Amino acid sequence: MSREVREASADQAEFLGELIEGGILLESGVPGVYGHNDTFEDIRERLAERLSSEASARGAERLRFPPVLPRRQLESSGYLASFPHLAGSVYSFEGDEADARVQADRAAAHEDWSEFQNPTELTMMPAACYPVYPSIARRGRLPAGGVFVDAGGAWVFRHEPSHDPMRRQIFHQHELVRIAEPDAVLEWRDEWANRGLELLRSFGLAAELDVANDPFFGRRGRMLARNQQAEKLKLELLVQIAGPEPTACASFNHHRDHFGSNYGIELSDGSTAHTACLGFGHERIVLGLLRAHGFDPAAWPAAVRAELWPSA
Amino acid sequence: MSDETVTQIRNVLAQHGRLSTSADALAPDDDLFQAGLSSHASVNVMLAIEDSFDIEFPDSMLNRGVFSTINAIAGAVGQLQGEPAAG
Repeated sequence: MSREVREASADQAEFLGELIEGGILLESGVPGVYGHNDTFEDIRERLAERLSSEASARGAERLRFPPVLPRRQLESSGYLASFPHLAGSVYSFEGDEADARVQADRAAAHEDWSEFQNPTELTMMPAACYPVYPSIARRGRLPAGGVFVDAGGAWVFRHEPSHDPMRRQIFHQHELVRIAEPDAVLEWRDEWANRGLELLRSFGLAAELDVANDPFFGRRGRMLARNQQAEKLKLELLVQIAGPEPTACASFNHHRDHFGSNYGIELSDGSTAHTACLGFGHERIVLGLLRAHGFDPAAWPAAVRAELWPSA
Repeated sequence: MSDETVTQIRNVLAQHGRLSTSADALAPDDDLFQAGLSSHASVNVMLAIEDSFDIEFPDSMLNRGVFSTINAIAGAVGQLQGEPAAG
């Protein structure tokens, strides 16, 4: 059974139409899955470089991971308890030649061929910071002061089909991760929330910082969401792009010792590390820029161009 | 609130609360979050209380306040047990 596709508001639908008409987004036939043209990718790559250079100037170490996560890691992360509705798993064929023939025939007729598919050891990447924690844990005790990782603009998957151009099923989430002493992590999160706010404003976007919550699933999720709000564990940078509500273009999550205890990440004194991550949504920021300044970056305000194309 | 209710709540906390203090050593008004109850653990406590007392918390009760002390949990349980059956 397919997930119901979320409807777009009138201005979101209109914006999506303009993006497709203008050749900026390339349709795939599946809502929330688009290709990008050269204009879009040029802006996105400049944004990625800018974010990475801000991080590297403050001591970040670059790590890069493929867009799939070992299934065992998803299983032990608790993700399926909190976000069962967003997760995607990779399945593959297992069977003999007769099975393969039936599968191919059914597929060619667009009938159900799922009975020949079995889970592989991989799932789609739910959040770009997930592979960072076990990799750092494997190093053993952290050096004094902890670590700061730039995980780059990595592809992440969320099964939430929508006709809203800002809500993708697969998109680049540029994650920065801090793993350190509790005070240092909180300070870092707040400092970067403000740096992110200033950065988006310097791009000419009317961004606001607000307390937020994750879209946790079900009754258990409603309680988690309220706890997260009450403890101000999640902050978002919101930009009005199109639709009844502003779009979250970046989020800053403080996990306390959730990942530290889960993966056994130890500080230099042997105590459990705290973690925080911040994720900038490349596509949403690029769409915000295109909406605010138009589809021709050469005609954007000079101050905005100077932020993204400093040497041009 | 009966002693039995409090004992049952302490048992749930001991099993699901992952507290830094022993559940038996907690006073009825001690702050459970101060005692190490995490957000995820508080949800597991909520679900285990429902199973243990055969009740279902309404949406309005799914918040930190209701699970902040043994007394608060006992009050919520008492309130739900006191309600007449829906038929």
